[in-house]
Amino acid sequence: MKARSGTTPKKAKANANGNANARLMELRLYVAGQTPKSLAALANLKKICAEHLEGRYKLYVIDLLKTPQLAQNDQILAIPTLVRKLPEPIRKIIGDLSDQNRVLVGLNLLETEGVK
Amino acid sequence: MRKNRNGHAPASAERLEKAPTGIAGFDEVTNGGVPKGRPTIVCGGPGCGKTMFAVEFLVRGATEYNEPGVLMTFEETSEEMTKNVASLGFDLKGLAARKKLVLEYVRIEPAEIHETGEYDLEGLFIRLQHAVDRIGAKRVVLDTVEAIFSGFGNTGLLRAEIRRLFRWLKDRGLTTVVTAEKGEGTLTRYGLEEYVSDCVIFLDHRVTDQVSTRRMRVVKYRGASHVADEVPFLIDERGFSVMPSTSMKLNHVVSNQRVSSGVKDLDEMLEGKGFYRGSSILVSGTAGSGKTSLATHFAQDTCRHGERCLYVALEESPAQAMRNMRSIGIDLEKYVKKGLLRFEAWRSTQSGLEMHLLQIHKLVEQHKPTAVIIDPITNLLLGNKNELHSMLMRLIDFLKTKQITGFFTALTSGRNREIEESDVGISSLIDTWIFARDVELNGERNRCIYVLKSRGMAHSNQVREFLMSKNGIRLLPVYVGNGTVLTGSARLSQEARERADNLLRQQTKEEKRRVLDGKRKALEAQIEAMRFELAQEEARVALLTQQEEQRERDISQDMLEMVSFRAGGAGQGKALGQNGRVGDVHEG
Repeated sequence: MKARSGTTPKKAKANANGNANARLMELRLYVAGQTPKSLAALANLKKICAEHLEGRYKLYVIDLLKTPQLAQNDQILAIPTLVRKLPEPIRKIIGDLSDQNRVLVGLNLLETEGVK
Repeated sequence: MRKNRNGHAPASAERLEKAPTGIAGFDEVTNGGVPKGRPTIVCGGPGCGKTMFAVEFLVRGATEYNEPGVLMTFEETSEEMTKNVASLGFDLKGLAARKKLVLEYVRIEPAEIHETGEYDLEGLFIRLQHAVDRIGAKRVVLDTVEAIFSGFGNTGLLRAEIRRLFRWLKDRGLTTVVTAEKGEGTLTRYGLEEYVSDCVIFLDHRVTDQVSTRRMRVVKYRGASHVADEVPFLIDERGFSVMPSTSMKLNHVVSNQRVSSGVKDLDEMLEGKGFYRGSSILVSGTAGSGKTSLATHFAQDTCRHGERCLYVALEESPAQAMRNMRSIGIDLEKYVKKGLLRFEAWRSTQSGLEMHLLQIHKLVEQHKPTAVIIDPITNLLLGNKNELHSMLMRLIDFLKTKQITGFFTALTSGRNREIEESDVGISSLIDTWIFARDVELNGERNRCIYVLKSRGMAHSNQVREFLMSKNGIRLLPVYVGNGTVLTGSARLSQEARERADNLLRQQTKEEKRRVLDGKRKALEAQIEAMRFELAQEEARVALLTQQEEQRERDISQDMLEMVSFRAGGAGQGKALGQNGRVGDVHEG
C-alpha cells in the first residue's frame, strides 16, 4: 500500500516522456527456481506482455539459483522481481504480478492504454 | 536442498560454543565471545558504535581467527564503509582482495519498487549464500537489516522473512552479528530481539556533565554466564575496546616477592624490604607533601631493575614532570628512551572516568609494565565518590590479576577530618597506605610521613620527617622527647641544644680529670721527694753505723795493743791471743 503513494508523483514525469513507450522495453524477471510464485509471475507477465507490449519488448528470465551473481547488479532482494531496465528510469515490480493493474502502473503502461 | 550445500552442521544444542570476536575486552566480558554459529544482535542508538563493533568482529575474525566473513550493508555502500573504517586501520579492500571478506551492499530504494502480489525475500538469501560460498565465510554481519522495513510494505511478511533469515543463518552455523537501531522503549525498533534468542548486546552513548561515555551491556546471553553490568567501551584509532569488568572472586595470585619503594628509608619502615609485588599502594597527602616525588622514586627504581613501568600523570605534562624530578636528582628521561618507562599524561577532564580506566587498560596491554603509577588518582574524581570507588576497585583488580604493582597518589584537602572521609572509601582496597602530611610548628611547615597500614608486614609505626634534596628523598627519624614530636628547625634547634649540652658535659668531665691528674702528679712528686729523703736518711744512718763499727773496732784494737803492751811478752801476748779475753789476763 505504501508503494502506491510513492508512485503518484512519478506519473507526471512518466507522462512527459510517454512516447518512450513506443521504443523497445527491456524486462528482466528474476526468479529462484520453479516455485509457484515464480511460475505464476512468469505466466502473468507473459499475458501482460502479449496484451500490451506485443512486439515491443525483450524479456529475460533469470534464475538466481543458477546465476546468483546476477542478483547484486539489479539489487534484487524480493523474489520474484520484475525489472524494467529500459526505458529508464529503472523500475522494479515485486510479487507474482497477479495484480495486472498495478503491474501496468509500475511499467508505466496504464496511462498509454487510457489515452487509447 | 540449498540448506546443506555449504556443508555446515547445524549448531550444536548441547553446549553453547563461543566464537572469539577478537575485540579487546569483549571476549572477557562474555567469557569467550559471541555464540558460535548463531546470530547476535548488537543494538543501540545512532552513533553508538554498533557498526564499528560489527566490522571489527569481521575483520578480527578474518585476520586473527582465520574465519572469513561477509559484510552485508543495507545503509552504507561498500565504498563508504571502507572509508569509514579505514580510520580504525581496517583495510576492507585488502581483505576482500585476499578473499577474506566479501562486501555486499544491499540497496533498498522504496521509490522504485511496486508491490504486486505475493513475494518473499529469497533474493536476499541467495545473495548471502552466494557471498558466503565465494570465500567459505564463517562470519556474517548484517548492518542494518531493519532497513528492509523501509523498502517493503508488508511488515508481516518481512517479520516472517527475518525470522526465516535468522533460522537460516543458524542452520548454516554462521556466526552472525546483526545490528539494529534502538527503538522507543524497546531494544530494537522492529523488535528483532524477539527472533534472536541467544545473545543481545546493547550499546549506549551518553553524555553526563558534558563528558561522553560509551557503555555496553550484555542484555541476554542464553546458556552462558556473562557480566550483566554496564561496562564501558572505547572506540579509538585501534578500534573497539571493552573494559573487562571486575571479577567477582578474590582469587588473585599473590606474590611474596618484595619490590623496593626506591627510597631506602621508606623500605626500612616496611621491614626493610619495601612493598609486595602486585600489591596496591596509596600515598595520600595534602598538596605539596611529596607524593609525586615518592611516585617518581618508585618509577625510577622499577626501571633501574630493568622492569617496565607505566606512569600516568594527570597533573603535569611529561616534560614538566621530568624537569621537576631532575631537581631531586631523578632522571626519568633515560628510561623513557630505553623504552622501560612509558610516561603518559592527559587531562582528567578530557573524558569520563571509564575512559580513563579503559585508557589505562589499553596502555597496560600495550606496554606490559610490572608497575603502574597514577598520579594523582583523585584527579579522576569528577563526579561522585562511588564512581571513583568502583573504578579503583576495577583497576586494582585488573592490576592484581596481572601481578602489577599499583602505586597511586591521592590528594587530600588540608583538614584532617576531610582526609579520613575522602579516603575511607578506598582504604579497603589498598594494601599499603602511606600518609604524607604537613606539620606546622613555630612558623614553618614540614613534611612528615608515616605508614598508615601495610598488609602482611610488620611495618614501622614511626612518623618520619620527609626531606627532599638534590640527592633524593630522605626520611629522618623525628625528634621525640618530652612528649612532643619536633620537626624541621625545631628538631634542628633541639638537636643543637642537645649537642651543646653534650659538649658541656664532656668539657666538665675533662676538666675534672685534668684536676685529678694534677693532684696525682703533685702527690706522686711528693712521694718521690719523701722517698728520696728517706733514702738519704738511710744512707746517712748506714754511714754512721759503719763509722761506729769502725770506731769500735779501732777501740778494741787499741785495747789489745794496750794489753799486749802491759803483758810485755810476745808469748803471753800469744796466750792472751789464744784465750781472747781480757779477764783472763787479770787471773794470772
